[in-house]
Amino acid sequence: MHGRAVGGSLGDMNENVVQTHALTKRYGARLAVDRVDLTVRRGEVYGFLGPNGAGKTTTLRMLLGLVRATSGTAHVLGRTAGSPGVTAKVGALIEGPGFYPYLSGRDNLRVMARYRQLPETEVDAALERVDLSDRGDDRFRSYSLGMKQRLGVASALLGAPELVVLDEPTNGLDPAGMADMRSLIVALARGGQTVLLSSHLLDEVEEICDRVGVISRGRLLREAPVQELRGDSRLSVLGSPLDITLAVAMRLGGEDGVRLDGDRVELDLPNAATPALVRALVSAGVDVQEVRRTERSLEDVFFEMTEPRSGAHRQLEETS
Amino acid sequence: MSTLIACTRAELLRLRRWPAVWVTVGAWLALSLMFGYLFNLLAYTSGDTSFANEGSTRTALLAEMMPANVPHVFVQGMPMFGGALLMVLGAIVAGNGYGWGTWKTIYTQGPSRTAVTGGSITALTMFVVGILVVSFAFDLACALAIAAAESQPLVWPSLSAVLEAFGAGFLVLEMWTLAGYLLGTLARGPALSVGLGLVWALVVENLLRGVGTLLGPVEAATAVLPGTAAGSLIGALVGVDQGGDSTPGVLDAISGTQAGWTVLAYVVVLPALALWLVRRRDVA
Repeated sequence: MHGRAVGGSLGDMNENVVQTHALTKRYGARLAVDRVDLTVRRGEVYGFLGPNGAGKTTTLRMLLGLVRATSGTAHVLGRTAGSPGVTAKVGALIEGPGFYPYLSGRDNLRVMARYRQLPETEVDAALERVDLSDRGDDRFRSYSLGMKQRLGVASALLGAPELVVLDEPTNGLDPAGMADMRSLIVALARGGQTVLLSSHLLDEVEEICDRVGVISRGRLLREAPVQELRGDSRLSVLGSPLDITLAVAMRLGGEDGVRLDGDRVELDLPNAATPALVRALVSAGVDVQEVRRTERSLEDVFFEMTEPRSGAHRQLEETS
Repeated sequence: MSTLIACTRAELLRLRRWPAVWVTVGAWLALSLMFGYLFNLLAYTSGDTSFANEGSTRTALLAEMMPANVPHVFVQGMPMFGGALLMVLGAIVAGNGYGWGTWKTIYTQGPSRTAVTGGSITALTMFVVGILVVSFAFDLACALAIAAAESQPLVWPSLSAVLEAFGAGFLVLEMWTLAGYLLGTLARGPALSVGLGLVWALVVENLLRGVGTLLGPVEAATAVLPGTAAGSLIGALVGVDQGGDSTPGVLDAISGTQAGWTVLAYVVVLPALALWLVRRRDVA
């Protein structure tokens, strides 16, 4: 786990809140979603990553019953996705907020609360939660993009749904608003709610998500915890002469765990073994100029997976 | 049932706060009073009867504006102006939800699409009933005021005439409202649906009826058109001047009974089609 600790619901973590099997959506000749097997576990924040047009929103729409799957199955909270009993327990903000422009933010939420058969007292709490109380009586059409987005999130939170699906929730928010939104998402998960977050902001996903699914060209390339996706950190050694540095590294790290990156030697070695490596290098007569740990960011991994025709892409596809 | 009630309450809340709804309702009331009373009153007070039907006298004009005649005045504008305005209402209620993305938001709130559509149509129907009641009250108030101003004896319309007018008026306005709702759903927006609906109701049907007088098969087809049925239903109540001076849209193309059944069929079929479409369609 990278960004946060999950509180309260670890015992339920293995229960799948969302499960799809070979979920496919075809629009004529275009395959928008291609045999996606997605799993979201109870209590986690799941990041759904992908470039524009990768199939993220179409997948989310199928999970909410807005769009029919061409083939495959999707279950949400143990029932067929989109059935009324399910959507009542799901809060969603899909591809931008859709509200009545002539109504105030508060009245828009009152309308949605009536559809959900919730007491209207929930409306004030939801507005408070997204920091819109003071502008709740203004008309929706007068809101900034960020305020509209926050109202969309407030609507998704009505009735404390078990699963909250947020499609690019930080769109249009200023930096402070984005930070607030991240805190809110983390707080939701701490309160036991499951969050399925679609985003193209990699640092955001890296910071708050427990697991990540990467989708590209309609195919789910990989689904794994953030840490697993990034892989272990590596040691990067800059020493001379290079051939002796390489030989020592291979002796300690094994042939498979060592690679050359320019004039640097990179090797998979746990932290505890770093002093032994330095001693061995010095004993072998190597002038050690630098030894440091390098970590791949989620961004590195993302681009490796989604860049078309790259070797890393093919490799990850094969292993997923 | 509780879900349908919840959906209806939600839809009523947003409809009654929507200025466009009140503009449409206000336009109908203004047109209804203008053509039902204001112009007749001007003709009566000025002595210029050219506005009224050919051969009308001042006495006949005054009689048309008396309370006993309210059921007729109340319904005579419905086949054309009332229907067109209510079709606009139905079209914007259904169509704007696609442009604003509100149907998408609502469909993820829990109720089924059937319940949401049912609630929306029920709320619209309640508005239609409300419009009928308010419209009748306005007409009656005008008639009473004119009767009092002209020192005429107060003769109330018969209950059966009032009930017939309400029944026929409801069927006609409901049919056009639902036609607008179906068009708004089909077009996924208000502009195209309003445009198509108005062109159909105000132009195309009249043209087809004109062609129908020359071609038998076309005439048979025009008998089942919504405008023909609505006009004939109201025509059966208020009567049609054979000299061609009747209120626009009021017809005697088919019998009142046939017209009533035809309009009722539309009232059943139009929402069923809208519901079928809503249930099977992807929402982007």
